[in-house]
Amino acid sequence: MYLLQLLVSGLAVGSLYALIAMGFVLIYKGTGVINFAQGEAIMFAAFVAYYLVTRFGVPFWIAVPLTLVTSALLGMVTERLVIRPMLGEPVFSVVMITIGLSIFLRSMAGIIFGHHNYIFPDPFPTEPLHLGGIVLSHNHLWSMIISFTLMLVFFLFFKFARLGLGMRATANDQDTATLMGVNIKKVYALTWGISFVVAGLAGVGLANVMVLNVGLAFVAISAFPAVILGGLESIRGAIIGGLVIGILENLAGGYLDQIVGGGIKDVTPFAVLFLVLMIRPYGLFGTKEVERV
Amino acid sequence: MPIRSKTFCESYHEDIKLLNTIWSKCWMGVFILVLLTLPYTTDTYIVYLVNLSCIAVVAAIGLNILTGFTGQISLSHAAFLAIGAYTAALLSNHLEMPFWIILPAAGLVSAATGMLVGIPCLRLKGLYLAMATMSFGVMVEYVLITWKDLTGGERGLYMSEVNLFGHLLDTDESVYYFLICLSALMIIIAKNIIRTRVGRAFIALRDRDIAAEVIGVNLTGYKVMAFSLSSFYAGVAGGMYAYVMGHIHPEHFTLLASVEYMAMIIIGGLGSILGSILGAVFIVVVPEFIKLFAQALEAAIPFMQGRYDEEWNIAVFGLLIMLFLIFEPGGLNAIWQRIKSGFKNWPFTY
Repeated sequence: MYLLQLLVSGLAVGSLYALIAMGFVLIYKGTGVINFAQGEAIMFAAFVAYYLVTRFGVPFWIAVPLTLVTSALLGMVTERLVIRPMLGEPVFSVVMITIGLSIFLRSMAGIIFGHHNYIFPDPFPTEPLHLGGIVLSHNHLWSMIISFTLMLVFFLFFKFARLGLGMRATANDQDTATLMGVNIKKVYALTWGISFVVAGLAGVGLANVMVLNVGLAFVAISAFPAVILGGLESIRGAIIGGLVIGILENLAGGYLDQIVGGGIKDVTPFAVLFLVLMIRPYGLFGTKEVERV
Repeated sequence: MPIRSKTFCESYHEDIKLLNTIWSKCWMGVFILVLLTLPYTTDTYIVYLVNLSCIAVVAAIGLNILTGFTGQISLSHAAFLAIGAYTAALLSNHLEMPFWIILPAAGLVSAATGMLVGIPCLRLKGLYLAMATMSFGVMVEYVLITWKDLTGGERGLYMSEVNLFGHLLDTDESVYYFLICLSALMIIIAKNIIRTRVGRAFIALRDRDIAAEVIGVNLTGYKVMAFSLSSFYAGVAGGMYAYVMGHIHPEHFTLLASVEYMAMIIIGGLGSILGSILGAVFIVVVPEFIKLFAQALEAAIPFMQGRYDEEWNIAVFGLLIMLFLIFEPGGLNAIWQRIKSGFKNWPFTY
């Protein structure tokens, strides 16, 4: 029973990881960039939702769409100001600029919101669901439902929608995509918008489960392993990677914590990440890059 | 006698000389003189800042060898500094070894770890390498916090003063001269590595690794070499950091610290030793200016009273990384070269 409970709560945490991972994968799929500032997008969305609900008294079900719209705007503005000037620059510069963006946004949040914890008003019934002896909170259930729905939506989007195909083409080769008539600027703006919306969803979900403070941004760093495990350009991989990492983390926390004395939960994903990179650098579902000189 | 308008090099050897004109030798002489007399002309705080800059310079050169010259993104530089710093502290506290053994030992332990990390990272590049090194950094941080018996956990470790062959370097001024010599030595070593075969191999590896391999550059060997060289520099810097600060703890070696070193070489200029020096000094000095600015702001606007904290520095670092990458990818080094050639060619534009 203990094992089963660990598995289920791992699955629940994993579905949140999966949501975060999806944000990364979307940007990578659309633009070939890893956005290290994804965590800050999550944190900002959580704070926006918090302020809407507590300070302005907006009902939760209206606050969520409003938050998502704000997130999308933030994503597009970021893309316009920071990423657009870097079009065509080497990967290294783009990676570093998102890292710069990430620490800039996080410390701005620190200056604005301070470092104390906020308590997010829980919209769900506090009484968790009991499924044959296993406890599962409403929040986790919802995040699982949302991740799986989104997975389906994006799967169809990238397979059939014109824009989705354009995004894949852009990631593959910017120059060729431009020559084929893909409007790269539009693709970039939309990709960042959509990805920040997914981050926003994750943010609202996480603010409910964890304490809301500036440190929420670090969650994205713990979701990296999920992204790598699944493969950088696979939505399906992001979901599975997220779930696997969530479960592994919970199992390690449940069984190994007594042996090493705490904290193993936080470092397990990174150990997994390191191992995966050694064995299969392109992840479970990623495509191996073919290089030309 | 014909008048030469520029410096002409007639052989390759002349071209790669470190100081190739009489003027650069003169300026270098003046610069060294200023450095040597600095403790007599300014106050202790400036000397302390120069000390920190020297350590940062050594660390930044290490990172620039790996990231700037060899093109391998590393987000775990602070972890290697941590390994150097903790090695130094442990050797000095438990085994009471002399300083001149401890410092190289700190570098070597760090270099060995760097090699261990470098070997599995051989298959990775770009984004994936950034992730792998980042996760290594997180793991080191975790070990530092959890392995309390060895590292003291959150409380950290205390460190004795530098004892150089019986001379106790216990003031900022006395450490100052040692640090200046040390960083000068490290700079000269790096300069010489870069202008010889190994350096050219590094650069070839960065620009087109497969092409480099085809023309006979041993990718594996040089990548591992870059990793261990870079972490050797980091280890030495870490060891000195422990001595100068007198107290080390995991907070000094987080992912944020790694990003700070990254900021140094981006702002200074990737793939340039001079750039690493400029960037390191810049990053050490900038917080002082921010502090001054914040004080002025607090005096002017009552609303800002007491709002300054560390967070501002980090925000400025982030902003600087972005601004430099967008507007001046060559960093301070490129600005410096432009100024220099402007003077050299005056009154012509080029």
